[in-house]
Amino acid sequence: MGEPVIQVENLYKNYGAVEALRGVSFSVEEGEVFGLLGPNGAGKTSTVEILEGMRTQDRGLARVCGLDPEQAGEQFKQKIGAVLQSTALPDKLRVKEAIELFAKFYRRRANTDDLLKRFQLDEKRNTFYGHLSGGQKQRLALAMALVNNPEVVFLDEPTAGLDPQVRREIYDIIEELKRSKKTVLLTTHYIEEAERLCDRVAIVDNGRVIAIGTPRELKRSSAGTTRIEVRLTRPLSDGMLGLLEGVSDCREFNGTYVLHSARPPQTIVALVKQLEAENNELQSLEMFSPSLEDVFIELTGRRLRD
Amino acid sequence: MGTNALSHTWTLTQARMRLAMRNRAFFFFSLVMPLVFLFGALLISGKNSTGWIAYILGAILTLTVMGSFWGLSVQLVTFREQGILRRFRLAPIGAGPMLASSILSNYFLMIPTVAIEIIICRSVFHMHTWGNVGAIFLLITIGSATFSAFGLIVASVTNTMQETQIINQLIWMAFLSLSGASIPLAIFPLWIQRMALFMPATYLATGLEAAMTNRITVGDIVTDVAALSIGLLVAFEVSRQLFRWEPEAKVPSRAKVWALAAMIPFLFFGTWENVAGTRLIRIHQDFQALSGRIKPDQSPRIH
Repeated sequence: MGEPVIQVENLYKNYGAVEALRGVSFSVEEGEVFGLLGPNGAGKTSTVEILEGMRTQDRGLARVCGLDPEQAGEQFKQKIGAVLQSTALPDKLRVKEAIELFAKFYRRRANTDDLLKRFQLDEKRNTFYGHLSGGQKQRLALAMALVNNPEVVFLDEPTAGLDPQVRREIYDIIEELKRSKKTVLLTTHYIEEAERLCDRVAIVDNGRVIAIGTPRELKRSSAGTTRIEVRLTRPLSDGMLGLLEGVSDCREFNGTYVLHSARPPQTIVALVKQLEAENNELQSLEMFSPSLEDVFIELTGRRLRD
Repeated sequence: MGTNALSHTWTLTQARMRLAMRNRAFFFFSLVMPLVFLFGALLISGKNSTGWIAYILGAILTLTVMGSFWGLSVQLVTFREQGILRRFRLAPIGAGPMLASSILSNYFLMIPTVAIEIIICRSVFHMHTWGNVGAIFLLITIGSATFSAFGLIVASVTNTMQETQIINQLIWMAFLSLSGASIPLAIFPLWIQRMALFMPATYLATGLEAAMTNRITVGDIVTDVAALSIGLLVAFEVSRQLFRWEPEAKVPSRAKVWALAAMIPFLFFGTWENVAGTRLIRIHQDFQALSGRIKPDQSPRIH
């Protein structure tokens, strides 16, 4: 294995009294889709923006393609493509003009007509940016990130705030990048995004990487239990559900009890009996196979979107 | 600037001109308003001699050129506040091409307005002179770039649109009232005239008024051109140093002091004009000749 394309070591960043990054370290290999998964304010965007050369770290090392993003200047920018957390362009700029404008800044240029077709923007080529929907704007942002056929692509929450259908369209685009062996660093707080798209994931919380590995490795490390989420008509006394057969962990989040069970059928039977005995009723019950959300809960005691 | 920077500057210039042409506000402020000023000034002044019309046109051209700083500062702050500059920051372009393209696009977009103003004065108000075309072209070109660069400094030292508008108002009022662009400088008390010599706008206004009335040659505006050119170089470099891509990047107080460095050339030229220059004499001669109070070759006492 050669030098990692992205190398981050012991990165620290403060905004006044707020410690945004507290020693973040990871590396990304060539052709890998690497995810930074964590809640809002975990430090994902700060990390990515340091790697894009948009911010300066207080301490630590950041390298992309062997270059220091802050110092390397134009040579570095020629190699990367990026989608910011929120992209803005002048409202009166047409779609095709935006892609052509940005393409002109690079030595290596992708074919703009191909990009328009690939991102399903061909019909919107003469539409003003201000008239595009949220999904179309995001597809344009992705197309613009690829105008220079970059070696490394940074995607900062590329699907945040988009409806499920548009999100799936963006997933298809990222999977295409994956197939074309682009190195991609993706930040997200969507579990399914990280699980579906990333070769490896770093779970970030409070400015630290708290776990790192392939989604499968991470899930395997989470005791391999099934998550059962139940809502009840009346609240239960503390700890009662934790004593049910097979339950290894039980926590309550805003009226929803989240149980982790190694033997789900037995747990559900025991739960029903317990509720009958207490004259209580189930409002809802959902079962989930182990996910990165469970890993996050185990590691932090919180849900990703708390 | 390297080849890349020049090519990026030209690419951005074209894009910004295209965007401006699609903006109704641009047409109002860049074309309609100067023409309203022109008609208003010519009708209110009630003077119908060619000399007066040319003199007033000189003042209106000054306002048109000076308007650069207002439009550019507002546009740049809007781009920054909306996060548009952030997206450009990801591309391999520096602050230089971004700022230079502002100046160039503004210049190319202003030229038609200047031409229309001159043509209206010729055809509607029967102005029989073209003025000294070389001097007018030189002053308009350099003046536009200089005042654009001032606008870029204002954009760099203000954090919000509200702040930008306040600073613009203050600068605009000072430029407008004390440079001779709205009220002839010759009618002010001498101490105000002496103060006006420290103002960048004075060099543009008095230069253009003299060039329009055909009272000077290109050689006579060397000081005006020098003051505006050096002012341009300093202001552009200051704006490049203070330029911010990020909406949340607040400008340090120290930078605001730095911005005043752009005035240093005018402190120098103002001092020189007050001590050894002949600008005030020329201003008085022009004004009194137009008013018919003295013959053009009689000089009033200034010192």
